[in-house]
Amino acid sequence: MSDAKVFSRHNRWFTWSIGAVVGLALVGALVAFVWLPRAHAQATLEGLWDAICSAAGAPAPFQGAGLPEPGGHNPSGVIVSAYMMGPVGTASVGNGATLAMACTMCHGARGTSPAGTPHLAGQPASSTYKQLRDFASGHRPSAIMQPLVVNLREEDLRDLAAYYASLERERIDAVPVSDTGTPRLVRNGDPMRAIGACSACHSPHARRPATPVLEGLSETYLREQLTAFRDGRRSNDINRQMRNAVHGLNEREIAELARYYAGR
Amino acid sequence: MLSIASKRLVLAHFWVAFAAFFVSLLLGEWQMYIRSPLRDWIGNPELYYRSVTAHGTAMGYVFPTLVAMGFGYAIVELSLKQAIVGRRWAWLGFWLLVLGTVTAMVPVSMGLATVLYTFYPPLVGNAFYYIGVVLVVAGSWIWVGSMSVNLAVWRRANPGAVVPLPMFANLAGAYLWAWTSLGAAIEILFQILPVALGWTDTIDAGLARVFFSWTLHAIVYFWLMPTYIAFYTLVPRAIGGRLYSDKMARLSFVLFLVFSMPIGIHHLFQDPQVGSGVKFMHAIFTAMVSVPTLLTIFTITASIEIAGRLRGGVGPFGWVKALPWQNPMMLAVAFSFVMLGFGGAGGLINMSYQLDFAIHNTQWVTGHFHLIFGGAIVIMYFALAYDLWPHLTGRALAAGRLMRLQLWTWFVGMIVLTFPWHLVGILGMPRRMAYFDYSHPAISPQAVTVIITFFGGLILVFSGLLFLLILLRGHRSGKVTLPEFTFSRAVHEAERIPAALNGYALWLALMIGLSVVNYGYPITQLLFLKQTSVPAVPVGERP
Repeated sequence: MSDAKVFSRHNRWFTWSIGAVVGLALVGALVAFVWLPRAHAQATLEGLWDAICSAAGAPAPFQGAGLPEPGGHNPSGVIVSAYMMGPVGTASVGNGATLAMACTMCHGARGTSPAGTPHLAGQPASSTYKQLRDFASGHRPSAIMQPLVVNLREEDLRDLAAYYASLERERIDAVPVSDTGTPRLVRNGDPMRAIGACSACHSPHARRPATPVLEGLSETYLREQLTAFRDGRRSNDINRQMRNAVHGLNEREIAELARYYAGR
Repeated sequence: MLSIASKRLVLAHFWVAFAAFFVSLLLGEWQMYIRSPLRDWIGNPELYYRSVTAHGTAMGYVFPTLVAMGFGYAIVELSLKQAIVGRRWAWLGFWLLVLGTVTAMVPVSMGLATVLYTFYPPLVGNAFYYIGVVLVVAGSWIWVGSMSVNLAVWRRANPGAVVPLPMFANLAGAYLWAWTSLGAAIEILFQILPVALGWTDTIDAGLARVFFSWTLHAIVYFWLMPTYIAFYTLVPRAIGGRLYSDKMARLSFVLFLVFSMPIGIHHLFQDPQVGSGVKFMHAIFTAMVSVPTLLTIFTITASIEIAGRLRGGVGPFGWVKALPWQNPMMLAVAFSFVMLGFGGAGGLINMSYQLDFAIHNTQWVTGHFHLIFGGAIVIMYFALAYDLWPHLTGRALAAGRLMRLQLWTWFVGMIVLTFPWHLVGILGMPRRMAYFDYSHPAISPQAVTVIITFFGGLILVFSGLLFLLILLRGHRSGKVTLPEFTFSRAVHEAERIPAALNGYALWLALMIGLSVVNYGYPITQLLFLKQTSVPAVPVGERP
């Protein structure tokens, strides 16, 4: 019998063997290059295409962790470090206090306000300064804040931050003190979803540069910012720290966190 | 019947194979001894690795290749009943193999090529070691060509006839070897030799490992082929039974041809240069190899049952008792199946992406391939040699008790050797260790397993020596007139067979196609990836 007969559509051995092997390879490839990468992408925040490339073994171009993706823009124009603010003199605080007169309408006479704006009193200078710079540069888009800070000098921004850092934080009496226990997300995060504990950075003891104190901030403001990070509307967090932390949170968890911090 | 000239050809292959086997068996046992707590550490790990290189090269490349070749030539005459065409070429292949073995072993014994038999770059040894390996492979390619030509000649003389099962299976092994040896050949010729000869001093180690994996796993199925041919075509006849299904046998061999190849990357599960999706594909096809394996277990067990029932065995297990247990072939196939069972179960661990992580590069792996190759496969080499010997020498091989002792000791020795390796592998003992610090409190409890494996090896040396003695005695015993050599007959003789199972074109096409699917992307990608070469590390120099 010649091989010519073997390679024929009418030969069941031919159609079945080719069909079975091709089918097996296709199913295998679907699992290997689509299904598993999809599950992987959801767990590690990669895009699906990145996950497929990584399943195929195509290496991503090398990229320093602190740098933006090629062609993308920096999340912030500020270089954050432990020494970013430098020494603060009294002249600095005085100048800041003068400039802060323009902020009282929303942020309160002494940096604390029941208006739903963030409290600035007692915030680390590096945190306030970074946000001011990001407002000015547009890294944190805001129709209200940007026109107010865009014309301020670099020194003015630093002085403002230093002034607010020098103020004592005050409690707003209208906000009831939180009586629930510390949420698990604050204490431990959720390792299975790759979410770090909030308190790892946002704690008076952590002293991370450019990291705000959350205690007592407005519940509405906190919820709005967490949702903005989650949806990608706010993206001035370096290394996607906040976006990574909250992308897996649901509405209930965000509300719980906002209520917890607002009541402290 | 074998002609005198063919007998000499086959005997030459077998004797060089068994000599290489015995020498490397001694080396293996020496390795077991010097790293055990039974003696002081010899102080130089290089000597240990030199021995591993020689042991692995001779056992992995020289011994099984020669057995497959010798058995293949015998099959041509015994099953096609025609004189071997191209006997001069066959001798050329043989001498290339001998020359290659010597060429490779000289630098190894001088300590210039202590690269282990897997020769993973960037470690690069003396060029003559690789040239020797290339000569061995070249010699075996002559055999592949010879098998193909001999079948073609037979087909021309017997147009439309069904190819006898032994020859059909023999060709499956030959084609499998031709395709699978390509990976290591490309690695040596285009990557390693340019470095070893001093033309360049960097090497793409990741790509080299992928090419080696191309050869590394399918070579096991090439080693397995003579064993499987013996299962199907010698065992049922030797124990007085019938082969359960000729068609099933052919199906198993073509499935081996198709699925042996696109699976080698399961050796690279922990390698970063290959993507996880590619590894998953290879894991799937590795699992597919269980299909022809289980087909074989089923068919051979059914064939053996036929023999048991023909001998008067009744009931669900009565036929087992009725089997001819004094027959060396019966004993060998039983031992082979037991070892194949344990080894195959262990192999399922190795092929599972996550489970492999636990035992990767541990003694478990050493245990696994010794059990499969040294155990299940080699014990059938012994049996097929016993079966063929009278037909090769024209003299009786009447040493039934010695043969049984030899097979028993090989089986027991292999279990004693490999079971402790599996155990300590799970405990995390790394493989390829020249030395263990037995005074370390975490290691000292495992010292006893190293001693046990030494004794397992000792039993194997005894068994290997016995094997050579039995064969040597076979050359000196009285001449006998033998009936014509026959292979097993199937319950239903294959008078008509689907065209697909009487040739290889379809299966070779599938084999090549699947290899391209499963290896095409990783190889192409690594070929074109920039900045992947690393400085080569010549043997004896510091990295």
